[in-house]
Amino acid sequence: MITNTETGKVVLQPEVLEAVVVRFVGDSGDGMQLTGTQFTDTSAMFGNDIATFPNYPSEIRAPQGSLYGVSGFQVHIGSIEVSTPGDNVDLLVAMNPAGLKTNLYAVKPGHTIIVDIDSFTKKNLEKAEYKTNPLEDGSLDNFRVIEVAMSSLTKEALKDVVGLDNKSITRSKNMFSLGMIYWMYNRSTEHTVEFFNKKFKSKPELIESNTKVLNAGFYYAETLELIPNSYTISPAKLPTGTYRIIMGNTATAWGLLAAAEKSGLELFLGSYPITPATDILHELVKHKHFGVKAFQAEDEIAGVTSAIGASFAGNLAVTTTSGPGLALKGEAIGLAMIIELPLVVINVQRGGPSTGLPTKTEQSDLLQAMYGRNGESPVIVIAASTPGNCFNFAYEAARLALEHMTPVILLTDGYIANGSAPWKIQTVADMPEIKNRKITEVKENWHPYNRHEKTLARDWAIPGTPGLEHRVGGLEKDSVTGNVSYIPENHEKMTHTRAEKIRLVKNNIPLLETEFADSGDLLVIGWGGTYGSLHSAVKQIHGEGYKKIGYANFNYINPMPKNTEEVLSRFKKIIVCELNSGQFASILKINHSKFEFFQHNKIQGLPFSNDELIEQFKKLV
Amino acid sequence: MEATSVKKYTFKDFTSDQEVRWCPGCDDYVILRSMQKALPEMGIAKENAVFISGIGCSSRFPYYMDTYGMHSIHGRAPGIASGVKLANPKLSVWVMTGDGDSMAIGGNHFIHVLRRNIDLNIVMFNNEIYGLTKGQFSPTSVIGQKTKSSPYGNTQPPFSPGELALGANARFFARIGGNNPKAMTQIFIDAHKYKGTSLVEVLQNCVIFNDGCFANVTDKDVKQDKQIYLEHGKPMIFGKNSDKGLVLNGIKLEVVTLGENGITLEDLLVHNAKEKDKTLHQMLVRLDYPMATGIIRSFEDVTLEEREDYLTAQVKANSNFKKADDLFFSGETYQVK
Repeated sequence: MITNTETGKVVLQPEVLEAVVVRFVGDSGDGMQLTGTQFTDTSAMFGNDIATFPNYPSEIRAPQGSLYGVSGFQVHIGSIEVSTPGDNVDLLVAMNPAGLKTNLYAVKPGHTIIVDIDSFTKKNLEKAEYKTNPLEDGSLDNFRVIEVAMSSLTKEALKDVVGLDNKSITRSKNMFSLGMIYWMYNRSTEHTVEFFNKKFKSKPELIESNTKVLNAGFYYAETLELIPNSYTISPAKLPTGTYRIIMGNTATAWGLLAAAEKSGLELFLGSYPITPATDILHELVKHKHFGVKAFQAEDEIAGVTSAIGASFAGNLAVTTTSGPGLALKGEAIGLAMIIELPLVVINVQRGGPSTGLPTKTEQSDLLQAMYGRNGESPVIVIAASTPGNCFNFAYEAARLALEHMTPVILLTDGYIANGSAPWKIQTVADMPEIKNRKITEVKENWHPYNRHEKTLARDWAIPGTPGLEHRVGGLEKDSVTGNVSYIPENHEKMTHTRAEKIRLVKNNIPLLETEFADSGDLLVIGWGGTYGSLHSAVKQIHGEGYKKIGYANFNYINPMPKNTEEVLSRFKKIIVCELNSGQFASILKINHSKFEFFQHNKIQGLPFSNDELIEQFKKLV
Repeated sequence: MEATSVKKYTFKDFTSDQEVRWCPGCDDYVILRSMQKALPEMGIAKENAVFISGIGCSSRFPYYMDTYGMHSIHGRAPGIASGVKLANPKLSVWVMTGDGDSMAIGGNHFIHVLRRNIDLNIVMFNNEIYGLTKGQFSPTSVIGQKTKSSPYGNTQPPFSPGELALGANARFFARIGGNNPKAMTQIFIDAHKYKGTSLVEVLQNCVIFNDGCFANVTDKDVKQDKQIYLEHGKPMIFGKNSDKGLVLNGIKLEVVTLGENGITLEDLLVHNAKEKDKTLHQMLVRLDYPMATGIIRSFEDVTLEEREDYLTAQVKANSNFKKADDLFFSGETYQVK
C-alpha cells in the first residue's frame, strides 16, 4: 500500500504475486464451473500459466445447500511455471455455507474468503450442519473474510432489466463474484463480455443482465473498502508460440484427429457415455466435417466391437471409456489382440472399484489395462501425463496401434482429462509419420499372418481388396496360414509370438528421461497423470537444496523404455508414487527385481499434495 | 456392389479350403450351400462380401466361405458388423448367428441393430437348443423341453424371434425352413437387395440335441398343410390342394377353406410385406397354424447410413474446417512472445 503524498490518502497499488490459487465453490447449480473457466480463459489470455481442476458431485443437481451437492472449480495461475492446480487456496469464493464448510480446510491461514452473506440463512446453515453461524462465532478469525450481499446486490443491479424471471436473476450472481475477482487480479472483463455476446446471441436480455452483474461485481470490488489491496500476477515465461487453453479430454480427441489426418485414414469412434470419458465422445461427434464417424453404441461392448469392425474394414478405430467400461470391453480387446487388428482403447481412469468414485481421480486401472483379459493377451499400454500431452499420447496410441497391428490402451485420468492448461498448438505437419500396414497387392503364397520381420506386425488386408479374402477369428490360428489350429506346439508358438511382438515395440518408443538430476540419492518415479504433482514437488525440494533427487515419469508402461534398468541403477534409492496401492511398483518389481522400490500411495480420489510428497522424499534422503 | 462390372461367379468361388465340421445331416450345410449359391446372383464382387459371426455352431460359418470374414466373440457380431458397414458402406455385410448367440448373450445388440436399420443382413439359425455347448435350453426352447440344463423340463418361456424382432422395429423379417434350399437361396438374395437391416430366421434342425424340433411344420409330407409361404401381393393361401387361406376375423387371423361357407379367393387377405403398419405382420409372425414362412415384412425405410451421410454432407458444406489445423487454430488462441 502506498500513501499519496499530495492527498494523504492511501492509494491502491497492485501487489505482484508469482502465483495464486483461487477456488470457487457453491451449489452444483450455481455456475461455479462456468465462473472458473471464465477466470481461467481470461488469465490465460493475459499470459499466465495455468492449471485447473473441477471438482463436482456426481449428482446433476443435488439438493440445494447440501454438503454433498457442493461443486467447485480450482484454478492455479502463475507468472511462473504452474504444473498442478495447487494444493492450498489463496482465495476461496463460497456461495453458500455448505461450500464454506467443505472447503475451509484448503484455505491458507491468513488468506481470503469471500462469502455471499445472503445465503447464510438459518435454513442453509442447518443444511450445512453448522450449529452456529461461522461468520459470527469466531471460527474464521484466522482468515480474512469478505462478506458480500451478492444475491441482493445482483437483484439490485438487475432491477431495470426487462424480461428477466427470478430464476435468471438468482443464477447470475456467480457473475457478480467473477466481476469482483477480475478487479482483484487486475483482469479485464472484456473476454467474458464477448463470451456472453456469443453464448446468448438470441437472448439479448441475458447478455444485458450478465454483463450488468459482472460489471456490478467489478465496480463493487473497486469501491469497496473491505478489499484493501489488489493483486496482479505477471505473465509467465512460456516458450513462444501460439497457444490455447485445452482440456485433457479435448486434447485426446484432437490427437486422434491429427493421427487420422496424418495416416490418411478415416477416424471411427465406437463409444458409450461414461464419466469422466464422455467429453471425448462429445468432442468427436462435432467433427463430421473431417469425416469422423462417431457411433454412440448401445453399451460398452458394442462400443468396442463396432470399433473392431471398423478396424477390420480399414478405419483408424477407437473406443473410449472409464474403468467399469474397460472391464466390459475386456473380452473384445482380447479378440482384437488375437486377430491382431489396430485398435485404440482410451481409459479415462476414475476412482474404483465397481462404480467407485466416478467424478474423482485415481490410477487404479493399470493392472486391469495390463492383464484384464482372459488368457495371455498382451497389449501396448501407455499413459498421458498432462492435459496438453493427452494430444501427443492419443496420437502415439494411434501410431503404435497402426504400426504394430495391436490394441493400444491409453490411460489418462479424471484429473488431467478435466483439467485444463495452456497448450502450444501443434500442427499435423509437426507430428511424426505413421506407417500403417495396409496391403493391396496380391502376392503368391500370401497369408494373413505374414509378419514384418522386425516388428512381427502382420499385414492389414481389408475387405474390398480383391484377392486377399481371408478369415480371422478368436480361435487359435496356425502361425503360417491363419486357419484354426489346435496343435499344442502351434499354440505355444503363437502365444510367444504375440508377447514378443509387444516387447519389440520398445524399439519404436523414446528412451526414459530424468528431470532435475541424472543420478544421485533418490529417484522419484511416477507414471501418467501425476506428472504435475511430482514435478512440482521435486522442483520445490530442489529449491530447498536437495540437489541429488531425480524424477522420472513413465508414459510407456508396456513395454517400458529400453533404458529403464540403466536409469534405475543410477540412483541409490527409488520411490514409486501412485494414486493406487502400488500397481506400477509391482510391475517394476517383477521386471527389475534387483532393485528395492519404496512406495508412496494415495487412494482418496484426490491428487497428491506437494507437502505430503516432500515429506516422503525427505524421509529417504 | 456395382452389378455391371462383376464377373460371373459360381458357388465354388465362395467355397473355402476348410473342411466343414458340422454334424452330418445338419441343416447348417443347407444354409451354407444356399448362401454360396445366392452370392453369385447378388451381383457383388467377391471381395465386397463380409461374413461376421459370434459363437456357436452357426458361427463357424465364415470359415467355410471364401470371402472376408470374422469369427468373433459370443453375441457381439452385430456390433462388429455395424462397424464394418459404417466404415465401408460399399460392403455387403452378413451376420451369421444362432438363437442363443443373438437372443441370449447378444440380446442387447440384436434389438439395437434392428432398431438402427443399418444396411446389413442377419441370418439366424434357430434350432431351439444350444448345440456347441452340447444341449442346454436356449431362449427359444419351448416350455417343458428336456435338455441337459433342464432335465425335468424347461421352465423359461421362450421368445418368438419374429415377434421380438418386429417389436424392435425390424423392417425386414423372413422365415424359412432349414430343409428348403431353393426358397432360402431366393430369400438371401432378396435380403441382400433390401436396403436396411434384414433378418432371416432359418428353422434349423439340430440332428443331435433337438432332432425333429420343426418336423411338424417342415417335413416334406406336412409342410404344405402346416406352412403358409407368403409372397408380397399374393393372396394368403396354403394347403396341399391350395384350398386353405387366411382371413381377418375381428382382430384375429382365421383359417378358412375355399368353397366352404361361401368363401372365395377374393375373401382371402392379400399379403402386403411393404406395409409400414406392422400390426398384421405381427399377427402373421405369431401364428402357430399355419406357420408363416417367406418374407413376412419388407418395409422400405431410411437407413442409418443415409441419415449419417446426409448430416455429414450438410456439416461439410457449412464448415470452415477442412483440415485439423483449422480446428486447432480456431476460436480463442493467443500469442506468447
